[in-house]
Order: sequence, then structure tokens, then C-alpha cells
Amino acid sequence: MAEIRLENISKAFNEDRVVKNISLTIKEGSFTVLVGPSGCGKSTILRMLAGFEKQTEGDIWIGDKLVNDLSPSKRDIAMVFQNYALYPTMTVKGNIEFGLTNRKVPKKERQQLIEEIAGIVGLTEHLNKKPDKLSGGQRQRVALARAMVKKPKVFILDEPLSNLDAKLRTQMRAELIQLHEKLGTTFVYVTHDQVEAMSMGDEIIILNQGVVQQKAAPIEVYENPGNIFAAEFIGQPPMNVFERKAFAETLEGVPEEAHYIGFRPEHAGISSAAVSVPHTIELESEILALETLGAESIYKVKNRIGVMNIRSFSAPLPKHAICFVSIPHEKLYPFGADKAAGPELNLSVKKEAALNGID
Amino acid sequence: MALIKASMEVEQRKAERRSLVSWANVRPYAMISPAIIVFCLFFIYPIGYMIYLSFHEWNFVSPTKEFVGAANFTYLLADRDFREVIVNSFIYTFASVFLTISISLLLALWLNRSGTIYSFMQASIFSPHIISLVSVSMLWMWIMDADYGLLNWALNLIGIESVPWLTSPDYALASLILVAVWKGIGFNTLVFIAGLQSIPKDLYEAAELDQTPPWRRFLRLTVPMLSPTLFFLTIIGLINSFQVFETINLMTAGGPINSTNTFVYYIYQNGFQFFKIGYASAAGVVLLVILSVLTVVYFKVLSKRVHYR
Repeated sequence: MAEIRLENISKAFNEDRVVKNISLTIKEGSFTVLVGPSGCGKSTILRMLAGFEKQTEGDIWIGDKLVNDLSPSKRDIAMVFQNYALYPTMTVKGNIEFGLTNRKVPKKERQQLIEEIAGIVGLTEHLNKKPDKLSGGQRQRVALARAMVKKPKVFILDEPLSNLDAKLRTQMRAELIQLHEKLGTTFVYVTHDQVEAMSMGDEIIILNQGVVQQKAAPIEVYENPGNIFAAEFIGQPPMNVFERKAFAETLEGVPEEAHYIGFRPEHAGISSAAVSVPHTIELESEILALETLGAESIYKVKNRIGVMNIRSFSAPLPKHAICFVSIPHEKLYPFGADKAAGPELNLSVKKEAALNGID
Repeated sequence: MALIKASMEVEQRKAERRSLVSWANVRPYAMISPAIIVFCLFFIYPIGYMIYLSFHEWNFVSPTKEFVGAANFTYLLADRDFREVIVNSFIYTFASVFLTISISLLLALWLNRSGTIYSFMQASIFSPHIISLVSVSMLWMWIMDADYGLLNWALNLIGIESVPWLTSPDYALASLILVAVWKGIGFNTLVFIAGLQSIPKDLYEAAELDQTPPWRRFLRLTVPMLSPTLFFLTIIGLINSFQVFETINLMTAGGPINSTNTFVYYIYQNGFQFFKIGYASAAGVVLLVILSVLTVVYFKVLSKRVHYR
């Protein structure tokens, strides 16, 4: 177990700055997820942490050790690779044992460790098979076992579930969460999938273009997104964000600082008749498209504000029909000119008043 | 009348169908026949004819081929020259294959990285492969000339006495091996580099995290991952080296004192210089048997250890 500290980390490949002056603390024993679109620098940060890339500037601390110049093998970390990187010519047992043999762990102890770990990840009956005889999920477990057997201070996982099918992914997600609870080791997990980030992390770090957008617990990111990027990245479908002037027609008294206003698709209501609830924006809209997912429906509607997504749990309305979208004032998210949700713009208290023009 | 016409039509249609069916059956054979004909004409027939000739005595011109039973074979196996030829062939083959493979592998490990120098080195090492063997032979005859060759000149420069590369029975075979290695390294290195580049990088990263020492990484990771390449290059190398002819013909003519005489050159000498066709054919049969046994053994023993992705 160890805390990880990145201090003013930058990384440039030739002229291309992929990571821009990032400072982070990853708490001891936490399950921290680095999430962002491809090219946001998350994998580069992970590889710098592991020691496969050298940062252009800044310091990396693992525990109380400055690891800038330590080779990956000396950093006391274990990594699960996206393609598992199992040694294809060795059996499952050979794969798990390889690192132990290199470390000159006595044979008896090795045997004991392998049996113990194989039991935990459920590989006992596959120990003598080669990786190409295993299913995707089993390979994933071998990769985990190989990492676990080293008893590292930090686990690094690089999109480990991206090669699995949807069902197995959900199952492995739960298993990873349990594993983290059992081991209590610091997990650093990279993914581009916001669902994985939300469901697994104690803490999410959202990255874009080499800059941290927000670092918070999943529910905090959802409820109080730090900026428009975080608001649009987390949530499915993403938050609807419009320029202030789109709302100005409807509402007066929107504060000067709020250049953008957003709301989540699931916070808006949709019905076939006007309801006229107080403190609610009601918009007559046309349904452009409808995705019926069973328990929920996702509408794409057009109204005088623009095109927006609405997520509804009631029975689906007919396509191309006219409908009424209602957005409660308290569920509006204001953002400043710099696209950030500044504290002075946090309207949770005065939101309703401001938007109603009472102030 | 109408009835007759109708029955005729039915007959005609049946005949058409029959011919169609038979064409469908014949078609695959017709399609592969060109390849089969060439194969039979240039592989099966010559091999059969060679085996036939090995039981006869003939000198190319005589109208009769005298059947001599296994006499050619008993004579061959009793021949001291032929035993030398077998020994030479095995020394030449194993030494040149072993050296070519190991040097190429080392070079590939060294050159498998990006950069202008490495690209230049790869191209330079490959260039001997595209030069014809005759040119290579002429070049090395000049380089290895005992009196004014480049090699001895260089040796003299650093104070080593001249070596009779091609003119001494002690050195001639080694000199030919040197030429074979020089010629073969380029191709082998290139194939090894291709093999190395197909090994996923993350395997090495995983090995690094597993604190793998370099030597163990090479033996447990690189070599097994390269095994298909190693297997391919070794078998091709073995077969090619056993059939070496051009360099021997041009550089040493099997001499001095039979010290560089190998299988194919020996067959050529007996067949086309001494016109002992039956005897040469018998040697050819022995070569065929040795190569077949080697190939089968190699496949049986090693193919299980090869890891194909």
C-alpha cells in the first residue's frame, strides 16, 4: 500500500505536449480511475507511473520514495496490460511463477503462493494450460494473478476489460471491486469508458488534452461537474449544454457570469400534454429520434432552445409527435465563460431565485 | 411424330446433364493438371530415373545401360573419397548453418531498432544476398588470394602471417564456410528482425516488471517467440547447405586433396566429368535419403517445440 504523488508532471513527445503540468495525489488504498477520451494522456500518465516512459518534467513519488530514476522493476508495482501480455509459451502456472523465480523465491514458497492466488482468481483447474487454450475472461484472471502474486504496493491496470464482451465485462467489474476490497492495495485504473469509471472508482480523475478536468468521487462528479467537459463526459447520454442566450428568451435574471447552462437528460420530464409546473421551463418540442431500451427511453428532441437528449423512464411517446419537455430550475447547471463551474456560480441556493428573476 | 420428338429432346437433355456432371467431376483435376504435370516431369520422373540409373552402368553415350544391381552402392560406400565427401558435407552444413543462424540472431537483436544507422546497417548486411553466387565466388577468390588478396594484406598489416585460404586442405573448407556465412547472414538477419518485430512490446514490459534478467529474458521469451522463424531458417539452411555447388565449383573444385568436395559437387564430377552416370546416380540417391531423413527427424523432434501464434 502506498500513496502516489505526481508533482508538476509534463510529458512531451518531440514537440507534442501530451501531459501538461499535472499534480495529483492518489490516496493510499484507493481505487482511482483515470478516465478520458483517447489521446487525453491517461495511458501516458500510467506508463510514466510504471516507469516505461520518463516524464519530461516533474517528480513521481510512490509512498515515500522518489521513483523518477527507478526502473519499472524497482518501483514495487504490478501492471495488468490491455492485451494481458501473458507469456504465450508458458503455462498459466509458468506465467504466475515467472516473476517469483526471477526474484529467487524458494520453490516451496512459490508453490504455496501460486496455489493461494489461483484459488482467489479461480484458476486452480487451469494451471497447466497455455494461455491460448483459455477464454478471454480466464486470460484476464491469469494477468491479475500474475500481478497479485508479487504483492505489490500499487496495482496499475491499463484498460483491462476492453477486450472482453459486455456480459463478461460487467462480471469482471464486480470481481475487480471485490478484489480491491480484499487486497486493500492502491489501484490505479485507466479506462475510456465512463461507466467503468463511475462503477468502480473511489475517485475519478477526468482528463482531457493532458490536463486534469476534475478529480472527485464518482457521485460528486455526477452531481457537481467541475466544468462543461466533465459534465458532458460523465452521464449517458451526456449533459445538454446551451449558451445562455438560448435560455434568455425563456427566463430572465440569469446571472451575467453564467455563459452556459446545462441540464442532465434524466432530469428533464417529457409528456404529451403541457403540465405547467411552477419553477420549471416548459418547451414545446418535436421528437426527432427515439431509442427504446426497455426500462428507459432516450429521446432526441428539437425545440426553440436547440436539439437536446431527454431520458425518460415512462412509457415511450410516438416518434415525430409533438411533446412537452419540462426542466426544473433546480436541476440547471450554470457554467462560466471559461466553461468552468465556478463556486460563485454554484446556484444551488440562489439558483431558483436567479433564474426566476427575483434575486 | 410429336412423341418421337419429345423423347429425343429428353434423351438430349439427359446427355447434356451427363456431360455436365462428368465435367464437374473432372474439373478439379483439369485445374491442377498443369502443376501436376510439371511436378511429375521435373521432380518425380528425374527422381525415378535417377533411382533406375543407380542400378546401372552407363557413360552417357553408350546405347546400352548395363544392369549392375547394387554394385554402384557397395562401391560407393567402400569409396574413401565418398566417405570424405559425406564428412565434408556434414561439417560444411552444420558449421555454416550454426554460424549463420547464431550470428544473424545476434545481429538482428542489435539492429532491431529504429534510426538511420540501423537502417543503413540492415541494408548493408542484406546486400550480399542479392549478389549472384558466381560473383560472390569470384569476389572471395580475389579477397582470399594467398599472395595479393585483401584478407592476407589486412592480416599482414596487423602482423599476422599470410594464410593459404583456398590452397591448403586445412583452411579451404573453413574458407568456404566463411563465404557461405557472409552470403547467408543478410537474409537470415532480415527474417529474424521481422520475427523480433512481431513479438508484442508489452511482453517485454511484463518481463521487466517481473524483474527478468536479460539472459533469461532472451532464453525464455525471445527464443520461444522466435521459434517458428528459427525452425524455418534452420531447415532452409540445412537443405541449401547440403546442396552447395557454385562456390565449390568456382573456388576450389573440390580440392585441395578432396578437402572441400561435398555431395553435389561429387555427383557432378562423377556424372559430368568422369561420365560415371550410374555411380553418380547412386550418390544422388544417398543424398536424397540423407536429406529426407534429416528433414523428417527435424520436423518430428522440433516441430512440437515450435510456438505458432
